[in-house]
Amino acid sequence: MVIFNRRVTVRNALSLVSGLLLLLFTFNTQATNEAARETDADMNYRLDTLIEKPTLRSDSNSTADHSKFEELQAPFLSGPEVTRACLKCHNEAGQQFMKNIHWTWTYENKKTGQTLGKKHLVNTFCTNARGNEGMCAQCHAGYGWKDETFDFNNENNIDCVVCHDRTGTYYKTPPTKGNKACSKMFAGKQPIQWSTVAQNVGLPARENCGGCHFYGGGGDGVKHGDLDSSLIHPDKKLDVHMDEAGPNFACTKCHVTKKHVWTGSRYDVIAKDTEGTGKPGERRDVATCESCHSGEPHPNSSLVNIKLNNHVDRVACQTCHIPTIARGGIATKTDWDWRTAGKTKNGEGYKEKNYTQGNGEHRATYKSIKGSFKYGENLVPHYGWFDGQMIYTTIDTQFDPAGGPVDINRYTGSAADENSRIWPFKEMHTFQPYDKGNNTLVYMHLWGNDQDAYWGSYDFSKAIKAGMEKNNLPYSGEYGFVETYSYWPITHMVAPKEDALACAECHAKEGRLKDLEGFYLPGRDSYRWLDVVGLLAVACTLLGVLGHGMIRLISTKARKQS
Amino acid sequence: MTLRRVMLFTRFERFWHWTQMVLIMLLLFTGFGIHGFHNLLDFKNAVTLHTGSALGLLLLWVFAIFWHLTTGTWRHYVPTTNGLLKVAKFYAFGIFKGERHPYRKAYWRKHNPLQAISYLALKLFLFPAIWISGLLYLLYTFWAGAAPGEALSWVAMFHTAVAFAILMFVIIHVYLLTTGHSFKEHVMPMISGFDEVELTAEEEAYLEKDEPGHIR
Repeated sequence: MVIFNRRVTVRNALSLVSGLLLLLFTFNTQATNEAARETDADMNYRLDTLIEKPTLRSDSNSTADHSKFEELQAPFLSGPEVTRACLKCHNEAGQQFMKNIHWTWTYENKKTGQTLGKKHLVNTFCTNARGNEGMCAQCHAGYGWKDETFDFNNENNIDCVVCHDRTGTYYKTPPTKGNKACSKMFAGKQPIQWSTVAQNVGLPARENCGGCHFYGGGGDGVKHGDLDSSLIHPDKKLDVHMDEAGPNFACTKCHVTKKHVWTGSRYDVIAKDTEGTGKPGERRDVATCESCHSGEPHPNSSLVNIKLNNHVDRVACQTCHIPTIARGGIATKTDWDWRTAGKTKNGEGYKEKNYTQGNGEHRATYKSIKGSFKYGENLVPHYGWFDGQMIYTTIDTQFDPAGGPVDINRYTGSAADENSRIWPFKEMHTFQPYDKGNNTLVYMHLWGNDQDAYWGSYDFSKAIKAGMEKNNLPYSGEYGFVETYSYWPITHMVAPKEDALACAECHAKEGRLKDLEGFYLPGRDSYRWLDVVGLLAVACTLLGVLGHGMIRLISTKARKQS
Repeated sequence: MTLRRVMLFTRFERFWHWTQMVLIMLLLFTGFGIHGFHNLLDFKNAVTLHTGSALGLLLLWVFAIFWHLTTGTWRHYVPTTNGLLKVAKFYAFGIFKGERHPYRKAYWRKHNPLQAISYLALKLFLFPAIWISGLLYLLYTFWAGAAPGEALSWVAMFHTAVAFAILMFVIIHVYLLTTGHSFKEHVMPMISGFDEVELTAEEEAYLEKDEPGHIR
């Protein structure tokens, strides 16, 4: 070391200072993280750790460096300004994207005739986005959807950067402020650097999609069970495809796109893909496992593999290869009880956090604004015969509340139908408000800075009345609570092959499929009478030969004695 | 007529018998494991062994049938009522009185009439029943499609029922080995191939001259 060289010493001093600064900065960020965690792990939509480390997309193969485009050098002050710049070059993208469900929030199911999508559905979590866009539309890929006045035909309202930001600094907040009880959740965010974000666009990575999809249902991992923030930096155990040290798949690796519309809808699931990989060079147009792994995914090199391939026609890949869900240290909600919502302490809403999940974070088991919750981790999914079709209980569906729990979405399929396969689902159990007079579900007015919004007033009668009136829907004026179930097809968190289910998990008397009907499952099924008759016959044979032998022994002895 | 020790069970026949014995025991063991009667093997290994042994046994049977037809050995199994009743009576009564077995083995008739008819029934009914139902079970998608419904239940039921019957055969078969002078004496011919047979003068002369290795 040449420590007496002055220039070197200066450089050393400089690097020391910058090192200290960096240390301070890091320390500072960590402190913010702690603060963010303390505010609420459930509601922290973009984990601050991401800002330091956006996941790499090594497969983007882009031929353009957006930071060098003149069009993107402007001092952008808002989202729509950025969008206008994007659309100047990507002049078809706007019209293409406006057909996307991320924009329309509407899905017309041609097979069932039902109108689905977040714009219309009632779910088993916060129950309805409709009328609560001021909060919920923070996950709409657009700018400023507050109410029904939003212009769905203005392509400048498209939010390009929520999916394409590669700085990790972009975030979305609710379009309106809401009640003071809620608005504090989003305080303390740094202002968005629109120009920096615009110059650093790229293909979406997991944290882009995950910014919304990991937090569906109102918090990390709440809705799906197979989608949560642990998939931002997953290891192989958690997901073989997204494994950060391995293939490091982005979501769009499977959810392939064509003109800004992508595959893999849970409103219209391909429960059985018989086309497989197609011929070489054919465009993949589905997100199924088979589209890469073919209809014979196990190499036909052993009896075991041949037998496993025999299962493909009736058992979805996911059933064996996703042994449990919520495996990444983040819990998923399994039960939600709205009946207990609305309790206050000194007139204020409160939270109880009595569940500690795998990564050490505490999750709310009670919130005045939502009711009580239960969580699950490493959950064994619910299994059912699924043909890809879901029948929804929509806002206008009448049901019999005395007829047992209501399925908010009922999957169809059966053992007798060749196009059905056994699929895993996350089952969600909820008690939620309904219209006692009309026997329908209700839209609740949850979000808003007014007297009727439940999140503030804690009054169901006002919230339901306002929620129904806003949408010109009949409301009897009397509400009750109905027990509901919803089913979420499981397809992520694919485990390494050594963790796939052992045969006896299903082929056993008390196995995972013990409740599935309509087919003969070796190891589970048998005819009791046949077993009784068979075993009796074998026992009689044994007794017969034993008796015969005994008589021989005795008679021989008798003869010898005489 | 002279009593001589003659090669009755040639090398292939012994190979066939013992391989078949091992495979059938494996099939019974793994089959009842798959059925849920025991958990001594995990399901995957049980199914693999069961399928593997079954395919092995089918191959063995192909060779055995070919062998029976080409060597003429099938004639040992032609059923006859001649002496059948006597043998049955012996096992039902005579054996307790210390009577001598009524059947004398012949060079071209090594099984007693009861044995012959039992083995014939095994080969013509029980074995085909198990392998046909087994193949139907294994390959159900080819004839019943992906959703076989009740059809697979019937096949499974039938296959299980036949398995019980084969287990009963095995029990009786093994027990009858004890009914001679000794268990060993009954088993040895299937190991060495040689058994005591009453030969006619012509048979004796033929064997002495043309098959000296087959007579002691």
